[in-house]
Amino acid sequence: MEATSVPIPRLASGFRRFGRFILHELRPKGKILTPFNVITGVIVAVGAVLLAIRFIWGLGSITNLSQDVPWGLWIGFDVVTGVAFAGGAYVVTFMVYILGQDKYHPIVRVTVLNGFLAYVFYAGALLLDLGRPWNVINPIIGNSFGVSSVLFLVAWHFLLYMVAEAVEFSPAVAEWLGWDRLRKLLKGLTVGAVIFGITLSTLHQSGLGALYLMAKPKIHPLWYSEFIPILFLVSSVFAGLSMVIFEGTITQKVFRHRVGRSLRASHDGIVLGLARVCAGTMFVYLFLQLLVFVHEQRWAYLGTGWGAWYLIELGGFVILPAVLFMTALRDRNLRLTRVAAVLTLVGILINRLNVSVIAFNWYAAERYFPTWMEIVVTLAVISVELWVFRWIVNRMPVLDFARHDDSDELRARVAGPPVAYQTQE
Amino acid sequence: MKRRDLLRTMCVAGGSAVLGGVTHLEAQDTDTASGRGQAMGVLVDTTKCLGCRLCEFACAKANGLPEPEKEIDRAVERTPTPTQLTVNNRYETEQGPVSVKRQCMHCLRPACVSACLTMAMHKTPTGAVDWDGKKCMGCRFCMVSCPFNVPKFEYHSANPKITKCVMCVDRLARGEEPACVAGCPAGALLFGRREELIEEARKRIYTEPGRYVPHIYGEHEAGGTSWLYLAKVPFDQLGFRTDLGTTAFPMYTKEFLYSVPLALTLVPPFLLAVNRATARAHHEEEPMIEAEGET
Ligand code: SF4
Ligand code: SF4
Repeated sequence: MEATSVPIPRLASGFRRFGRFILHELRPKGKILTPFNVITGVIVAVGAVLLAIRFIWGLGSITNLSQDVPWGLWIGFDVVTGVAFAGGAYVVTFMVYILGQDKYHPIVRVTVLNGFLAYVFYAGALLLDLGRPWNVINPIIGNSFGVSSVLFLVAWHFLLYMVAEAVEFSPAVAEWLGWDRLRKLLKGLTVGAVIFGITLSTLHQSGLGALYLMAKPKIHPLWYSEFIPILFLVSSVFAGLSMVIFEGTITQKVFRHRVGRSLRASHDGIVLGLARVCAGTMFVYLFLQLLVFVHEQRWAYLGTGWGAWYLIELGGFVILPAVLFMTALRDRNLRLTRVAAVLTLVGILINRLNVSVIAFNWYAAERYFPTWMEIVVTLAVISVELWVFRWIVNRMPVLDFARHDDSDELRARVAGPPVAYQTQE
Repeated sequence: MKRRDLLRTMCVAGGSAVLGGVTHLEAQDTDTASGRGQAMGVLVDTTKCLGCRLCEFACAKANGLPEPEKEIDRAVERTPTPTQLTVNNRYETEQGPVSVKRQCMHCLRPACVSACLTMAMHKTPTGAVDWDGKKCMGCRFCMVSCPFNVPKFEYHSANPKITKCVMCVDRLARGEEPACVAGCPAGALLFGRREELIEEARKRIYTEPGRYVPHIYGEHEAGGTSWLYLAKVPFDQLGFRTDLGTTAFPMYTKEFLYSVPLALTLVPPFLLAVNRATARAHHEEEPMIEAEGET
């Protein structure tokens, strides 16, 4: 619409300016040879070589996967655990846009961005694991809809959810480019995208658990139950929020210069609020686990080594952090919330790996342990994600943005420096 | 308000698509659960098996696979591999050695088929479960789901296939019996309609009670399988899992699949309602404002 009414020369110069702006923004900011960059650079380089090997000589050339262990670290950690960690996005958008808890608004963008990148990279890691990735198109374009497959639903929900999160984040991109009218349009889509995204999230968070429902004879009875989906869903709430707390701590340090006034002022209150939700959902989760425990008559297994491992998972990494969250709330102790958050994340990691890898084929004589190459590829995926995250946070208004569409604060930012594209006017 | 309608339509559309899938699953159940219709199968009478392994050789030949090793260590329990779709193991039991041929069971309601998101794994009208390389994306969910651990994957190939016994679908289409059945010199394998095979198996148990334990493995296991087994010792002594239950494995995901269309149709309106109810609390995020008339 806009373009047709603009004279051609202005359009051309607009394009040129846009191009120059993008080129300018693509250049890295800050020093290149930092320890972080060097280490991640090496990891990514090695990971790329490993992936080349994997695509030429097959999955077996770099992984320890076998006929008995078809899914290993890449699915169990990257996809199943990674997506649980990314659950913060749907919980926070729910609190902000559906419940109207404005208090959490300053973290909405960074959380959505984190969620979006996690899905792109971790769910994307699914592609690395596919033996015949060129056929991934089949269940998408519809010449072969295996609709009775849980994986079909999960894959579609990943895809649609990425779109929803992209829409939720898009106003930040529009602000970065200084496209005010587009921003308004995109902003109008936010609530629709949020509603759609939350619905999809509840389904695929539980769907990841449902993937293992047919593996009934293979998963240790302490971890298998028909309630895996609901346990996965409930635990994704505190997994996601603990990740938000954890990432927030790091972001506050690393991107200090990018953090806006409103986030800086409200950060502590936000963390404590999130801690409360974490503790609450953790007690709900524990209650559910107790019901499942009784329903599945699990006490028979408690005396074994697996029983001890099960108790460690629930006692050390759910009950303990839940209590720590409560204590931290009482004392308004931020450091303690961080400890609790990290413990919670470890607990989720253990739980997801238990279902997908550790207690899978638990009776087998030969246990699966990932190769160093599987681990390096996983680290490479995480490194690239961090690079993209840093690139975006350093350029777009992620940690510093206005709540009100028409506030002076925003107008000042959209119109003024340091956005190069704008100053060229 | 258009956007809300759009959202609703999308959800209903998505929901009914999934519902269609679930009803499809149901239909599949009622068709095959009773074993009626064309469902073919093989009755393996392990009391007749000589352990000569000619079935292995016949299978390799029919499928263009490398010939199995002639000399093997009988004490080792083997499982099918990507290049060997059936194996014949010998078990030392209280009643002496028993040889058992293993391969895909061709479940009546196969876990692998309902797991497959591309429909590469599919049940053919004869009851054989076949794999289609043009569709498969190599996710290996079929391997995770199969209760008998049957599908195998070529981990050392750039173009890996999922391999398993497909009950010689091509031979069946030509009206022939599977290669292994044709190759068995002892009559231990009987090919026929599953219904009739069960009758036959019952008859054998009744007429020679000393020869068999009164159990047809595969009649009910995991919802029933096309391949059926008779033996003189309990099946757990022959490497069979006896803890699989009689529920067809796709049923374990049924509830989840049912809840999907429900969630897709019920959750969005609910969220929208809550959003409206709290709208006053956050009017600056007023959801349905159209962007217009601004500088
Ligand atoms: S035995 Fe396994 S591979 Fe064979 S039909 Fe049943 S579920 Fe599928
Ligand atoms: S590996 Fe192939 S056949 Fe098996 S579930 Fe995946 S797409 Fe289907």
